[in-house]
Amino acid sequence: MPLLEVSNMTHFFGGLRAVHAYNLEIEPGQIRGLIGPNGAGKTTIFNLITGIYDPTEGEILLEGKTIKGREPNKIASRGLGRTFQTLRLWRHMSVIDHIKLGRYSKLDYGLPGAFFSTPRRLREEEKTTKIAMDLLELVGLPETADQLVTNLPYGAQRRVELARALATEPKILFLDEPTAGMNPEELIDMMKIIREVHQELDLAIFLIEHRMKVVMDLCELIQTLDFGEVIAEGTPDDIRNDPKVIDAYLGKEVSV
Amino acid sequence: MPKKIISVGKKIWATMTGWLKKFWSNFRDVPLISWLVAFSVTVALEIFIGQALARMVGLSKPPALFGVALVLDNPAKFLSAIIYMILVYGLPVGVIAYLTKGVGNQIAEWLLQFPLLLTSVVHLLLIYGVMHYWTSISDYRLLVARLAMISIIVTLSLNVVNGYMGEFSCSHPGFMALGAYVSSIFTVLLFVTDNRFGDALLPAFLGPFMFPVSLVLGGFVSAAGALLVAIPSFRTRGDYLAIISLAFMFIVKSLFENLEVVGGARGISNQPDYANLWTIFVWTVLAIWIINNFVRSTMGKALNAVRDGELAASAMTVNTQKTKMVAFLFAAFWAGIGGGLFAHVIRYINPGTFGIRKLAEVLAMVYFGGLNSVTGSIVGAVGFSLISEALRPLDIFKWIFIPIMLILIMIYRPTGLIAFREFDVAQLFQPKGKKDEEGVDHAAA
Ligand SMILES: Nc1ncnc2c1ncn2[C@@H]1O[C@H](COP(=O)(O)OP(=O)(O)OP(=O)(O)O)[C@@H](O)[C@H]1O
Ligand SMILES: [Mg+2]
Repeated sequence: MPLLEVSNMTHFFGGLRAVHAYNLEIEPGQIRGLIGPNGAGKTTIFNLITGIYDPTEGEILLEGKTIKGREPNKIASRGLGRTFQTLRLWRHMSVIDHIKLGRYSKLDYGLPGAFFSTPRRLREEEKTTKIAMDLLELVGLPETADQLVTNLPYGAQRRVELARALATEPKILFLDEPTAGMNPEELIDMMKIIREVHQELDLAIFLIEHRMKVVMDLCELIQTLDFGEVIAEGTPDDIRNDPKVIDAYLGKEVSV
Repeated sequence: MPKKIISVGKKIWATMTGWLKKFWSNFRDVPLISWLVAFSVTVALEIFIGQALARMVGLSKPPALFGVALVLDNPAKFLSAIIYMILVYGLPVGVIAYLTKGVGNQIAEWLLQFPLLLTSVVHLLLIYGVMHYWTSISDYRLLVARLAMISIIVTLSLNVVNGYMGEFSCSHPGFMALGAYVSSIFTVLLFVTDNRFGDALLPAFLGPFMFPVSLVLGGFVSAAGALLVAIPSFRTRGDYLAIISLAFMFIVKSLFENLEVVGGARGISNQPDYANLWTIFVWTVLAIWIINNFVRSTMGKALNAVRDGELAASAMTVNTQKTKMVAFLFAAFWAGIGGGLFAHVIRYINPGTFGIRKLAEVLAMVYFGGLNSVTGSIVGAVGFSLISEALRPLDIFKWIFIPIMLILIMIYRPTGLIAFREFDVAQLFQPKGKKDEEGVDHAAA
């Protein structure tokens, strides 16, 4: 049984068909890529699977159980973590608090613990802090824990977003253009971190990328999307040589 | 020519602030406990020689609230008031705080080995003692102190929604009204013989023990009322929710206006005098403790996440509906408690008490003190209450002066005086030394 199975998913924004008859199967531990020109519908697919939009048609199964139409927080706590194309950090919050919040659904102390500082709450908060620090270590930012997230450089902010998503203990991690806007140095760091995360935490990754080098290096299988439809699917080599892909997409990018 | 004046003015300003900073640097390492000791001495001083001293400098009695009202009433007394304030407050507080800082720091250091609870109790007892004796001199002071503490509860609870969760809610007077009415009905019905609810149903000596029950009941009813704002908040944000919450306030007000059983527009009076200084003090401490616990927990930080990015919050497993629900109901509960205490201080309420003027006051306290900050709300509530009382002789001009002050704050410090600060009780009681200065800078950065 695949970890995530999307079948025949279609979505309309009013009259605009943003996604059409989309299918996807992700096995545990896989790294998959989704590419396509601007406005092809990649982010929309992420938003549909993670519950931000409810697909007009189709079915989405996570570990064999439907998640279609569920609230985003329920879907997330069932093991689907994500980052966003444009940073969505909470601007008044410290780095460590960001990551701790990723563990919201794992907290058990409830309202009594929140209102009174019960021993149980202290214990759980301490444990959460420790997990958060470990994740910060993993993305290479342990010394920034108490800083406001807005004081960090852009590349570091992206890593905080990644660590925050990891705190939800995802079985699949959705990364929406994780290297967007990064300089070459930050890009190399990010790729390294993605590999490490994949190895250490043993999770599946589904990523959208515009930079061919990143997708081709990281992914086992790649889908190419154009106008909401998958026009090609296969290994990096297949994709590189697919005339439809070159026509729709790669042709416009000189350096592959 | 004007340029010259401005530059000279700037220079004078710079030297003056320079002096002030230098002067203040002597007090940087004074721990809270030394301040409290200094204030106790001052208060004792005022009790024993205040009257005589006031006569000596040409005042009929010790000024109730730092002499502002006195001076506004009769500007000629300005010098007398200043001299009195310096002799009774400024000088002794400064000198004693300075002299005891060594011992104070040792005591604070020594207290570190005990659980925080014990240290807190010691400090709270001192704070209460100072307040108790400070207010023993005049009934007016006592009233102002009691109302100021209630303001802390109400302001803090509004800050939970408007500051921590970033919704502009206007329903707080409505919540206060619910709490005030429910607890008033409870105590007047059960413990007071009057012509509205008839004979007292229970012996009066039970009253003070049942008072907390009446308050909590009021809090719960108020929280139930908050559902009317919380449920729309799932789908609406910003302006629309502000309007819904404003509508809620008016609904509550006209509900009580039209309910003849509870006095209609005339309201309820004869509440028993249960809300004395220490009762209010205990409730205020409870409110600060619980609200501070909440906003510092990861569950409470979810409020900030909802404010600064709801989509990201839900993608990080935060249950945003539950978060909003809890915030609104929790805030309303405390507003209800505040309302109940208020009703038993003033001992007369009517629907008009909980109208737009009250709303303006609470909002002013929250935004004056600072969003997303417990310290800010305490400072805002106390500061605003005192200013507002001190300016009472100005009468209608007060309501010109206060809005102008607010506008200035909004221009120069849009989030309030002390915004986005965590209130760490342990840090508050700590000994203050050279190493702590670093800590202070950290917090400011
Ligand atoms: N909430 C929305 N309402 C209406 N139309 C939308 C909405 N979100 C996206 N669209 C439209 O759907 C199409 C697909 O958008 P989407 O953001 O998924 O593209 P994308 O492949 O992620 O592009 P990019 O590479 O620029 O990120 C676009 O035409 C976009 O304008
Ligand atoms: Mg996109």
